[in-house]
This record gives sequence, structure tokens and C-alpha cells, in this order.
Amino acid sequence: MSIVSRQLLVSLGFMALSCSVAAAELTVSAAASLTNAFKDIAQQYEARYPQTKVLLNFGASGALLQQMAKGAPVDVFASADQETMDRAVKEKLVASGDRRDFVRNSLVLIVPTDSKRTMTKLEDLNRPDVQKVAIGVPASVPVGRYTQQALEAANLWTAMQPKTVNTQNVRQSLDYVARGEVDAGFVYGTDAAVMKDKVRVAFTVPLKAVISYPIAKTASTANAQEAARFIDYVMSADGQAVLARYGFLKP
Amino acid sequence: MDATWTALLLSLKVAGSATAISLVTGVALGFLLARARFPGRELLDTVMTLPMVLPPTVLGYYLLVLLGSRSGFGRWLSETFGIRLIFTWQGAAIAAAVVTFPLVFKSARAAFETVDAQLEQAARVLGTSELAIFFRVTLPLAWRGIMAGVLLAFARALGEFGATLMVAGSIPGKTQTLSVAVYEAVQAGQDELANMLVLVTSAVCIVLLLSAGRLAPGRIAHQS
Repeated sequence: MSIVSRQLLVSLGFMALSCSVAAAELTVSAAASLTNAFKDIAQQYEARYPQTKVLLNFGASGALLQQMAKGAPVDVFASADQETMDRAVKEKLVASGDRRDFVRNSLVLIVPTDSKRTMTKLEDLNRPDVQKVAIGVPASVPVGRYTQQALEAANLWTAMQPKTVNTQNVRQSLDYVARGEVDAGFVYGTDAAVMKDKVRVAFTVPLKAVISYPIAKTASTANAQEAARFIDYVMSADGQAVLARYGFLKP
Repeated sequence: MDATWTALLLSLKVAGSATAISLVTGVALGFLLARARFPGRELLDTVMTLPMVLPPTVLGYYLLVLLGSRSGFGRWLSETFGIRLIFTWQGAAIAAAVVTFPLVFKSARAAFETVDAQLEQAARVLGTSELAIFFRVTLPLAWRGIMAGVLLAFARALGEFGATLMVAGSIPGKTQTLSVAVYEAVQAGQDELANMLVLVTSAVCIVLLLSAGRLAPGRIAHQS
């Protein structure tokens, strides 16, 4: 093949490749506890609107916020607590008028299914046979902050420090309990339901605050319309049905 | 500042222990593969170099499965000795040792192979025992190459993150090494702390690499 015709073929090839990327891409950063529900929602959304590709990014809400603060191109942000969204608004990553609460959750204490310990209240964690408890890092993980509030209200936060194993997100706490590496862990009710065969809920943790998740489109999004449509879908009956299936409570 | 010093001291403790383990095992196996000839020698060399190329998270997962509370080995350890490796600095040291072993092993093997066999033969002819030959002839001639490998291993162990995070978790004062502390500081938006930790880690690693460079075999230490 002559050099000219080969160059022509290569350029045609590149043009063909770039033509296929006509669909809109939506980047959604969501709290780790939303992993299963949002994967289903994204699938249903893409089926409804085939022109859109939803890219999901899961992690601790604080970590996701830092990614956005450092310039990550995110279109929609769903956080596990109001405080992280407040920080996002303060750092002008989200316009305060754009946030909406879309689900609620509960805080539970879980133990491995084969654990022989019975625990019915927070004070039971003080027992000497409980040696390691998985708690999210309060600085960046919402479930860690809720746990801190609950333990401080029961005057147990300082006593728990030597037993605490810090985790980077709620799913890591869940994993540690499922593997039996810790004696107990604080996760959301919805996370416990995901691994029903490996963990069981010891009790629901009494919490004064309400665990309410907000969702918002980011200030820097290039797809404002698409982002708004995705959020509307999450708030719609279809989206709420998926979330309810995973155990989330109504906003 | 306090958090930085705790993390630094812990990192040094973990890296030191890991390097000590790698040193003994790496030198022993490096010597064995340099001297002995047996079928499958190169295959064994490849297997022992594997931890250097496998992603640290893969190694971390293997260790979690092999040493965890649910594994046969982990259960035996906790029932017989009461030792639990996960979430302890000892677990972190083992994870780092696995990752750095190939660095010492490969340097040691290369160093031993450059030792002139005739010198060892001469010692043998003079009636020296094999053990004495190793410590008085072979090792002194190979030590520069070995030390270069050891310094690299120490620097690598200092920066170990993936396997450490999975096996030892992130417990401040107990398993939160410098690299893990940086990760958490960035996630929490504590940029000042992250900057301080990164600066300290970089300074320590630069010093280590400079020292390793001066010890590499064949390099003249002083150019006068």
C-alpha cells in the first residue's frame, strides 16, 4: 500500500472513532453506601435515555468532595450527610439552591454472623471481649461522624478510641466485619442488608440527628440539563422504588 | 507536628523491621541461587521476583486471605500464640517485607555472582570452613551490592501503601504510617498536614537514595 493511501486510511479511521463519541456522559460522584442502588438506577436511566452514559464514582463523601475541590469534572454529587454538602456549598462547588434531600438511612451496629456475642446497647462495646470496632474516619466519612455523635451522646467516644479501627469508607467497615477481622462495626442499615449472609445487625444505634442524604448538580458541570434530569429521575417514583428496594427510607 | 512525628517513627519502625526480614531472607536465597545449580532455578527466581511487579493491592489481598482471622494459618497463630497480625504494625511489617524482598534478593544474587570464585577456592584450599568462607570472603566482597539493595528496600518499605492499608488498616499511633497518613489527610482536606508529611517522606527518601547510589558496585565513592 502506498504511503499516501495508508495515511488516508489512518485518518479515516480516527475520524470514524471520534464520530462514535456523540453520546452525552454524566459523571456522578456518590457516597459509598449508594453503590448498589445507584448502579441499578444508572442502568435504568441509560435504558430510558440511550444517548446518555452514566459514569459512577463511589467513595467516602469527604473524599469525593476533595476530588471535586481539586478540579475533578463531576456533574452530580450525592452525599451521605448534610455536612459534606454544606462544605461543598461553602467552597462554591454546589449552588445552595440546587440541593435536594432524596433518602434517609439508619445507623446500625453489625457483628459477623458467626459471632457469639450478644449486644443490645452501645455500653456493651465497653466489655473486655470486644477488642476491635470498625468506625469510619470522622474527618472524611459521614458514617464516622454519625457514630461519633452517637458515642459522644452516650459518653463512650473516648473509651472507644483504643478499640477503634479507622476505615476510609463505610463499605470498608462492612468488609472488615464480614471477614471477621473486627468484632463489630458501625454501618448504615442499607449496607448491612447488602451482606446479609456474612453480617447481622446487633441493634439500631439511637441517634438524635436524622441521617438525610442530599443530592445536587455541581456548579462546574458542563451538562446542567442532563444533570438536572438525572436528579429528577432519582427523585421520581422509579428512582425512589430502587432506593426503597435496598432499604433506604423516604426523604 | 505531633501526628507527623508519630507517623514518621512508626514508618521507620515498620520499614526497619521489614528490611531486617528481607535482608536475612534475601541474602540467604540470593546466595543459594547464585551458587547452586538445579533445574527450575530461573523459575524460582521469577516467582521470588513476583512481589516486585504485582500490584500492592493484589499482595495485600493475598496476605489478608492467608493471614486473616478466618484463614487456617491466621487461626493457628491466634490460637497457639495469641498473635493477630491484621491491624498490627507487625502485619504492616510483614506486608512491607513481602514487597521489598525481591529488591534485596535480586541485588544480593547479582552481588554474589560477581564475587570471583577463585578467591573462594583459594580459601577452601587453605582449609577454611564453608561458613567462614561465606562470612570472611564472600560477604565482604558482595556487601556493597547487598547494601545498595537493602537501602532501596528500606526506601520502598517506607513508601509502602497498598498492601499496608489492606493488612494493617489505618490506626493512628499503631499502623498509620506516613504514606497512609498522607492519604487520609488529603481525603479529609487537611492540606497543611499532607504537605508536612509529604515533605518529611521526600526528604528521608532522597537521603536514602543518595546513600544507595554511592554504594552501588563499581562506583568510585570519592572522585578526587
